[in-house]
Amino acid sequence: MTDTETRLKALMLRGLDGDAAAYRECLAGLGVRLRAYFARRMSGAPGDVEDLVQETLLAVHLKRSTWDPSQSFTAWAHAVARYKLIDHWRRRKIRQTLPIEDHIEFLAADEPDPGVGLELDRALATLPEKQRILVTDVKLTGLSLAEAGTRAGISEGAAKVALHRALKSLAERMRRADG
Amino acid sequence: MRTDDLIDALAQDAGPSRAPPRRLAIVAGLGALAALILVLAWLHTRHDLMQAMRGGMFWMKALYTGALGLAGYLAIERLSRPAGSGRRGWMLGGVVLGLFALAGVVQAMMSPDIQMALHMLRGHSWHVCSRNILMLGLPMLGLGLWAVRGMAPTRPVAAGFATGLFAGGVAATVYGLHCAENTFTFVALWYSLGVLSLAVLGALIGRWALRW
Repeated sequence: MTDTETRLKALMLRGLDGDAAAYRECLAGLGVRLRAYFARRMSGAPGDVEDLVQETLLAVHLKRSTWDPSQSFTAWAHAVARYKLIDHWRRRKIRQTLPIEDHIEFLAADEPDPGVGLELDRALATLPEKQRILVTDVKLTGLSLAEAGTRAGISEGAAKVALHRALKSLAERMRRADG
Repeated sequence: MRTDDLIDALAQDAGPSRAPPRRLAIVAGLGALAALILVLAWLHTRHDLMQAMRGGMFWMKALYTGALGLAGYLAIERLSRPAGSGRRGWMLGGVVLGLFALAGVVQAMMSPDIQMALHMLRGHSWHVCSRNILMLGLPMLGLGLWAVRGMAPTRPVAAGFATGLFAGGVAATVYGLHCAENTFTFVALWYSLGVLSLAVLGALIGRWALRW
């Protein structure tokens, strides 16, 4: 437990310094823990687990300035996860009072569950094309931000800004789509 | 989308996040300015302001309401972060409120008769005092909730309450420029009620507004 804290905190600090590889490792390590955390508490809806993992990772990324490095990183991340789970339950309750959406869900129920984050794809589909291309194309060890930018028809600097904006609106859209 | 692909995209956006520094200080500055404009344009400053500023009670009131605002600030500075605890702020607020309430009760009990005590309690403006503080604090409450929403409060009701306490303390301090009441008894009741009404309003709004 304290090992995890030490390791993830060190990676996070390097990530805040701009080390993308360390940051990636930190988020991946966090993702594993988030998946276990949500799975334990949402045994009735396994399909929602990955959605919440992704929503929480987005929140961790976008709200990272609220982490005070003098405090525990995993305690902070856990508080974000807990909040996202409570928020998720709250929103689900609202949805249950909207019968028409229940119906649409019922109609869509025979579609196979691919086991990936569906809500993120739904949110992605509503983004402007250039932003969408960036989010789906950049890989740490594949297509660089510059290359992805070229494919989207923009410079690397503009791609950096556009990617950040895209991630921000994704987080907002994921919440709204569910509420 | 696979989570690994999302993490790749997030990693490309690595680096420090541009958190606006001193966001809450800006809220306090703008909130105090809004309250000041309201005092100047709507309530007007007390006629004996210059003379009152030489007396102790003017500053005692400011110290009390300023401390309540500081308590709200300390609480919201922590509650706007996940896993943050508002305990330091709540403790300061509780102690300050308790001390002032005690001073108010003692002062009322020391008055020669009940009529005098009631007079101190009502002052000249008991029917408008709390309401005026509430009005002066509304702009800062709105600003504060908006700023806190941009951070990451995980306990919306507590965070809203702290934001209201912060706004109420600042507003009540500015209100001292207008209000000529000068007894502990009056301030302990009506000023405190004004500040607390902003805190409760903040909690009610925060419950649904502080979501992210």
